[in-house]
Amino acid sequence: MKILVCISKVPDTTAKISFTDNNTKFNEDKVQFIINPYDEWYALVRALELKEGAGGTVTIVNAGPADNEQIIRKGLALGADDAIRIDMQANDAFQVAAEIAAVAKEGSYDLILCGKETIDYNGGVFGGLLAEMLSMPYVSLASKLDLQENSLLLEREIEGEKEVIEVAMPCVVSAQKGMAEARIPNMRGILASKSKPVAVITPSGTTARVPVASFSLPPEKGACKMVDADQAEELIRLLHEEAKVI
Amino acid sequence: MSVLVLAECANGKLKKNAFEAAAFASGLAAQTGADLVAVVLGSASADDLASLGKAGVARVLHASDSRLDRMTSTSYTKALQSAADAAGASIIVLSHSSVGKTIAPRIAVRRNMTLVPGVSALPENGTFRKSMFSGKAWGDLKPEGDQLVITVNPNTTSFTLGDGVATVESLAVELSDSDFDYKVKEVVNESAGMTPLPEAELVVSAGRGMKGPENWGIIEELAGELGATTACSRPVADIGWRPHHEHVGQTGIAIKPNLYIAIGISGAIQHLAGVNQSKCIVVINKDPEAPFFKAADYGIVGDAFEVVPKLTEAVRKLKNS
Ligand SMILES: Cc1cc2nc3c(=O)[nH]c(=O)nc-3n(C[C@H](O)[C@H](O)[C@H](O)COP(=O)(O)OP(=O)(O)OC[C@H]3O[C@@H](n4cnc5c(N)ncnc54)[C@H](O)[C@@H]3O)c2cc1C
Ligand SMILES: Nc1ncnc2c1ncn2[C@@H]1O[C@H](COP(=O)(O)O)[C@@H](O)[C@H]1O
Repeated sequence: MKILVCISKVPDTTAKISFTDNNTKFNEDKVQFIINPYDEWYALVRALELKEGAGGTVTIVNAGPADNEQIIRKGLALGADDAIRIDMQANDAFQVAAEIAAVAKEGSYDLILCGKETIDYNGGVFGGLLAEMLSMPYVSLASKLDLQENSLLLEREIEGEKEVIEVAMPCVVSAQKGMAEARIPNMRGILASKSKPVAVITPSGTTARVPVASFSLPPEKGACKMVDADQAEELIRLLHEEAKVI
Repeated sequence: MSVLVLAECANGKLKKNAFEAAAFASGLAAQTGADLVAVVLGSASADDLASLGKAGVARVLHASDSRLDRMTSTSYTKALQSAADAAGASIIVLSHSSVGKTIAPRIAVRRNMTLVPGVSALPENGTFRKSMFSGKAWGDLKPEGDQLVITVNPNTTSFTLGDGVATVESLAVELSDSDFDYKVKEVVNESAGMTPLPEAELVVSAGRGMKGPENWGIIEELAGELGATTACSRPVADIGWRPHHEHVGQTGIAIKPNLYIAIGISGAIQHLAGVNQSKCIVVINKDPEAPFFKAADYGIVGDAFEVVPKLTEAVRKLKNS
């Protein structure tokens, strides 16, 4: 079984969000970068578990500049066999999907996993773009993934419901919470990762279609109105009469 | 030229996000002088279909094949493709829901249209505002071209409904087994009679401050009295006190209810990332230094076990008054 896991690089969850260049660029100063949690904790870890159970290979792919090597090595330290970096500045999901679709066609993978969304762009559409470009089935928002003889048994967690789904491979699946538990790389993994192959490939040059023209920060919250614990009922009155939310 | 909107149904009924997406599409059609057409997939009643007129829809295309009652990515894309052809759509609008996130990218690629995901408002001078960095910033998107597929973030655009009535036409979609990319073998309802979290207007959420799962009774009572949906912080779901689908935050579900009541939750940045777009935030915590108060509109410093039953009682009184 050949698995491809798409990983993106995002600012650490506690990073301070600010912008430079007249609010057109994310300010990377003092920001730590991580693998997007959905890609790492759920997609990648589940892929590694499948490999440990049934054999096969796990390849990670990232579309990004040379700096992204750091998060790619982390993925290799967790246990991926090899990696592909498409050497480019990723500007939207369409552009990334077009480049990764080319890589995916080349590698004939049985399963392509991605995260349900990135925690910086919050797009949530990459998996669908990729599946359509590859004419493959697409199961989004999967919270559980098990291997059957020739197919996958998945759970999909959606608004108030859980669907149990059977899908044939090859297919594209986007992962969310529930699919696996986060892992920490061990010393052996970290040492081994240094010698694992990272293929750097040149992109085809597809351009982004929805670039971000500028960023802005939401207005600061006003002060919190405190209600005395002994007069908790007062809160309900305020919510009803002042905030008008109940 | 027309704007086509996918109006979602669940169990034969139009969903709230159907009206929200339709009202958004109606605003967009007004901006560009285009016609507005809605498409409904699967079983739906005639009255329901006509009621899309309230959101400004003149014409509804209905593909009534009951195999479309539940989404699969390829069958819905095929049906939407037929509707887009029938309507001569240059813009397609969907909700940024589990359905929209799945179908929008497929149809965008299939029709070579530009995909604009998760927008929060009608465009101004061709730019669309989208929440990014888990609610910590806005991005203004400038899409290329004028053939667009747009998904609208649920619960973000305000809309009013009129009293129009739409005309309904049936839409023929030829579906064979190969048009379904997967099989849905079973559906488990997890909402326990509550509005699902992503759609809930009122949410009561609790964290590790509740000490144990046996103490959730007072949380459920308050939620029940308010007609709210329950949620929780991540550690609470991780240790199994509450089901995973209740976990809100950066790595759980992101929500934007009108009211979010956080009880015994410290307000870690990753938790806030999933709830900071709520219109009104109430925090109940025994620690006056809890970071959540900085993000709150109303707060009570106190013991949840004392405060929450009082709130429930006050809601009960309010309802009876
Ligand atoms: C990468 C990453 C992603 C994460 N994603 C998420 C996420 O999506 N969602 C999420 O929630 N967390 C997430 N976390 C975890 C987050 O950092 C916090 O650890 C978590 O939110 C804390 O949960 P809590 O507030 O319930 O518990 P605690 O931090 O333990 O807070 C409990 C609170 O209850 C109060 N309390 C105690 N007793 C009472 C009482 N009797 N009455 C009233 N108040 C009381 C305490 O004062 C305290 O403030 C993530 C962490 C990381 C590193
Ligand atoms: N630059 C990238 N390289 C590889 N995979 C990516 C990249 N950007 C996004 N992805 C994948 O697409 C998923 C969803 O991204 P998005 O639709 O942009 O929110 C992520 O969770 C990743 O799995």
